[in-house]
Amino acid sequence: MQSLGGRPNIFPYLLLLPALIITLVIVAWPLVETVRLSFTDAALKPTENFVGFANYEKIFSKKFPEVIGRTFYWMAISVSLKMIVGTMGAMLLNSRVPGRDFFRVLVMPPWIVPIAIGVFIWAWMYNGQFGMISGVAQYLHIIAGPYEFLGDRTGAFYSTIVTDIWIGTPMVTIYLLAAMQSISPDLHEAAWVDGAGRMYRFRRITLPLILPAIATMGLLSAIWTFNSFDIIWILTKGGPRDATTTMIIDTYKTAISRNKYGEGAARAVMIVIFLSSFAGFYFFMLKQFAKRSLAK
Amino acid sequence: MINKYSRLEMVGIYLGIGVFLTFILAPFLEAFLVSLRPLNQINSVPYKIFTENMSFDAYFSMWHNVPKLWLYMWNSFFVATCVTLLALFAVIPSAWAFARFEFKGRDALLGAFLAINMVGGAVLIIPLFKLMKNVGLLNTYWSMILPGAAFLIPTGIWLLRSYLMKIPRELEEAAWVDGASRLYILRRVIMPIAMPGIVVVAIATFIGAYAQQFLFALTFNSSSDLYPLPVGINQFFGRQQVVWNEVMAASLVGILPVLAIYIFLQRYIIAGLTAGAVKE
Repeated sequence: MQSLGGRPNIFPYLLLLPALIITLVIVAWPLVETVRLSFTDAALKPTENFVGFANYEKIFSKKFPEVIGRTFYWMAISVSLKMIVGTMGAMLLNSRVPGRDFFRVLVMPPWIVPIAIGVFIWAWMYNGQFGMISGVAQYLHIIAGPYEFLGDRTGAFYSTIVTDIWIGTPMVTIYLLAAMQSISPDLHEAAWVDGAGRMYRFRRITLPLILPAIATMGLLSAIWTFNSFDIIWILTKGGPRDATTTMIIDTYKTAISRNKYGEGAARAVMIVIFLSSFAGFYFFMLKQFAKRSLAK
Repeated sequence: MINKYSRLEMVGIYLGIGVFLTFILAPFLEAFLVSLRPLNQINSVPYKIFTENMSFDAYFSMWHNVPKLWLYMWNSFFVATCVTLLALFAVIPSAWAFARFEFKGRDALLGAFLAINMVGGAVLIIPLFKLMKNVGLLNTYWSMILPGAAFLIPTGIWLLRSYLMKIPRELEEAAWVDGASRLYILRRVIMPIAMPGIVVVAIATFIGAYAQQFLFALTFNSSSDLYPLPVGINQFFGRQQVVWNEVMAASLVGILPVLAIYIFLQRYIIAGLTAGAVKE
């Protein structure tokens, strides 16, 4: 008699069928189609012609390299601050003080609530005349008069980063907290008996043991940040004067607002190329960690 | 026992937690305060935390000024529920296949599913838009449900697979030897035992579906009858003068369902989100 899980067997493929159909139609085919469109002059008109690399030449002769640079700069600041704030948050919430279970519950809301709604609240807070941040900063005499945070290029650039950090930090915190808690307390106790101080134990026990989690989260966070659309779109729509136009925003504006599908697709393909290199690195890292834990 | 915190360290820790949580929670507090203020107090200088005549008026007037608010909330809830059901329908059998069966290309397929997590919806928006247009799904609930589910399926498979791998296979094998069909085993053996895992996946999917209703709804819909709440509120901004107290009141009411789910089920949600941080 055939065993339940053995081969040869088409049954497992049948089990995968619903998931495969949905993801093939909604993700895989559009991905292929994006590549094809990027070599055409597709737009609102009914016909499309093959144009070779013309779209790519066109975008690279324009401001596109600047957009790539801006995207990476935006992402680098946002991700590194998320990791730093998140790690510190996890350390604080990992300390054995009364009330910590309650504090932990309070960390998640920015991640749980609809992203767009969180961003609406920030849009109000950045208001220069009546918003909270400008108001409190004036009260503390940090700024002299009303400051419209989304009004100038520098302000808008860093304001969108702050909102992105606000949304991304809870996930980093909770993830690293879970990693810290999986460390056996025996390790700390043994080190303590040997006279190791708290900072020393953090550097020599906690940090090395959560390093895989930090690396994983850092990379995932980079991928999510790279894909971030809602935050910038709601706050600034990529402005003022393109100061917050990242690759995703640029693609959306080209394709959906200006109906230049071909050129938009070429931009999307560039995004996919960057993302796949992150993804490749991610899988490589997972494999390395798996190997290392097997070797032990 | 291991060394206790000194008083100074305690103060430092609480201070740190205080600053951290202020950053996380201040926007919600501010949203609540603004929702209580009358409009003329919102637009007043200098900024004051507590203003005169605070009341819950905005929570009542918003239903008149935005007649479709109920509809937006219902749409959000309805779309998220449909996404969850559709995703579960795809996730449960797939997770079982990946956890228990040997077949050609299994690891590659699992990797391909995970790779979907890397691609954001905005990247694929052009062909998706054309696809929805060509099959006539623009301005229908399906244009939000299908993409919503597709992007949440991979995480679901990953979570449920690791749950199923922890369940001993003896039960399935016993049912198989007794002559039960595979589908019967899936329905009557696997699903009941895996229920806690399925619940975690369902909650995580629902919250994800509720949180991410913006891009697809904004792009594939021009009919305001189908707007989920975030896109509905986004309309407030198009007006001459933004009615901030009502925007904040509507936002907070819209947050309530997920917040309630989170407070009651936070243990499961956090377990679902952090799977992978902890080595098994």
